[in-house]
Amino acid sequence: MTTQPSGPVGASPAAYAPLQETSPTFVGMPKFPKAARAELANAQQRKNLRHATHTIRTKRGNVVREIDDWEALRVAGADLKDEALTHLGDYLEQLESSLTANGAVVHWARDAQEANRIVLDIVQSKHVDEVVKVKSMVTQEIELNEALEAAGINAWETDLAELIVQLGHDRPSHILVPAIHRNRSEIREIFLREMGQVGRPAPADLTDDPPRLAEAARLHLREKFLRAKVGISGANFAIADTGTLVVVESEGNGRMCLTLPETLISVVGIEKVLPTWEDLGPMLQLLPRSSTGERMNPYTTMWSGVHEGDGPQEVHVVLLDNGRSHVLGDRLGRQALRCIRCSACLNVCPVYERTGGHAYGSVYPGPIGAVLNPQLRGTASDIDKSLPYASSLCGACFDACPVRINIPELLVELRGTVVKNAGNTPESAAMKAAAWVLSDPKRLAVAQRAATTAGRLTGGKPLRSIPGLGAWTNARDVPSPPKESFRQWWARERGKGDGR
Amino acid sequence: MSAREEILQRVRGAVADVTTPVGQRPVAPARTMHDLSDAGALELFAERVADYRATVIRVATADVPATVADALARLGCRSVVVPSGLDPAWTAGLDAAVTVLPEVEATSHAQLDAVDAVVTAAKVGIAVTGTIILDHGPDQGRRELTLVPDTHVCVIGADQVVPDVPDAVARLRPEVGAAQPLTWISGPSATSDIELNRVEGVHGPRNLVVVIAE
Repeated sequence: MTTQPSGPVGASPAAYAPLQETSPTFVGMPKFPKAARAELANAQQRKNLRHATHTIRTKRGNVVREIDDWEALRVAGADLKDEALTHLGDYLEQLESSLTANGAVVHWARDAQEANRIVLDIVQSKHVDEVVKVKSMVTQEIELNEALEAAGINAWETDLAELIVQLGHDRPSHILVPAIHRNRSEIREIFLREMGQVGRPAPADLTDDPPRLAEAARLHLREKFLRAKVGISGANFAIADTGTLVVVESEGNGRMCLTLPETLISVVGIEKVLPTWEDLGPMLQLLPRSSTGERMNPYTTMWSGVHEGDGPQEVHVVLLDNGRSHVLGDRLGRQALRCIRCSACLNVCPVYERTGGHAYGSVYPGPIGAVLNPQLRGTASDIDKSLPYASSLCGACFDACPVRINIPELLVELRGTVVKNAGNTPESAAMKAAAWVLSDPKRLAVAQRAATTAGRLTGGKPLRSIPGLGAWTNARDVPSPPKESFRQWWARERGKGDGR
Repeated sequence: MSAREEILQRVRGAVADVTTPVGQRPVAPARTMHDLSDAGALELFAERVADYRATVIRVATADVPATVADALARLGCRSVVVPSGLDPAWTAGLDAAVTVLPEVEATSHAQLDAVDAVVTAAKVGIAVTGTIILDHGPDQGRRELTLVPDTHVCVIGADQVVPDVPDAVARLRPEVGAAQPLTWISGPSATSDIELNRVEGVHGPRNLVVVIAE
């Protein structure tokens, strides 16, 4: 863990160190414009992404239109998340006590390393060498699979897309459909090549027909589900007053991992808390419609601790901070913690649609990633400095967000932070010089005379490059200065003297 | 300082600017479809469940046994597991050749994996979303029963169907208060991960048959 975080964003009253540390996977990633250029050159990926984002966007639009008071629902969603976040200490304590009363064991983790340590200790105490996993953003954030594998424990991803990513030694590119950058023929090759290395091989006559590919995944994973002793998940919601955890999914792999193993470990970001059971009413209308464009996702599992004779008889919950309390300290920035990871903002974003998820250098791509990462990790690294600029500020993400996170507002604020932290750059020096010149008419006149002299020297030809402003001028021509300024013309034609 | 104390201290410090007391937020108006009549809700429920490519059959309560037997026969199911509290009449119509495995005798995952189907009741149905909700009471069985076999036949009474999600949440408060696990099911298991093509039956049941008893 290397990158040192910078100071807190915005007008935080104090530094709530430590921030989330940049994971080794993303250290040294090029900043967004550079990564994006490479991704843009991948025509196949751009085609896949365009198809995916437009399809999900249309589906979402259709099911959102079915609800006549969608805007009121969004407000309700934002309000209840704000209630939870602004009184997070109280609700976390309530969650802990109701979970404990239901027979779960609650752990607290300040950062990724601590969370991984807790999970690893539990897994090792069960003397197993493998675990089955439900797709979870938070365990990707803390790189739990890598931590388990370093200790000799295989962590099997069981969501079909995550399986494709894992077997392909790849990284996810979308929150909802992580393998969307892969074609069916690529998936077939990955299955044929890799499945046999880690378990039941793919059938030799496997075709690239999606039902056949899904069937291969079913057979490959079923033997793992049936023998697994430990399951690991995240949670979409954690309800304070009842001590209930909620996981929303489609394939049934979630249900397998949450109910078949003897021990279940759930890593839950502290921002996942909902105050009351009734809050699920709005959230379970907002999330599926915004995410997959369905009225409801196929499966939702809700469990409140240990249930005798049904499901895991040992249940652990790891409550994770990892930079979240730092984000909470920023009055404007804390709204990003309302995020329910639906990915609606990705599917409407013109920048994401063309560059894909890898260019963002994080498990949280797209517009929400562009605000969450610099807040969670600080703006010290090149990638985090560049993320607030990875947007056209068109505002589509704000309109699509089911919990009304004003992403464009946060991006502008973060750009300010990046500029402030940057100190002296050629650009800031140029701006300071311009301010000095423009604040005094005499200085301006001197500058204009210098410029018109230059204009006469360049003969009115456009300038191809200006030293120090390469990033600007490599894509733009700068017009040559005029041979005469307006003031000089006025003095010559109408005035007396030399136009001073 | 323990991680717990440190995190709680940090989150309290982070919201030191907040002056509203806990629990005093504006309460969102409950969204219920009051204009949806019972008959309308049932109609919509049947339509929306079918929209997920589940099979929906509406029958008189007296015809449930024959309907269950017929649905299992049509899907070629030769063995079926039943929860301990299931109405025995519902499986009384099964062909003598179908093996019926009581829940208490299905003690291992491997046994369940070898069974073709499961027949259960339900707790609540949601019209707007086409969702059935199991609270895993005695007539629904423990969670793995409705997960591992490939076919799930679920019988739900017309009076169990509510209009919308908040109605279901309100109705389930006692079960959640008693720490019952819940499973919400909307159609058979499905994935769209391969080029966004919807494929049914990845890990959960491939076939979902919902019998509405009126």
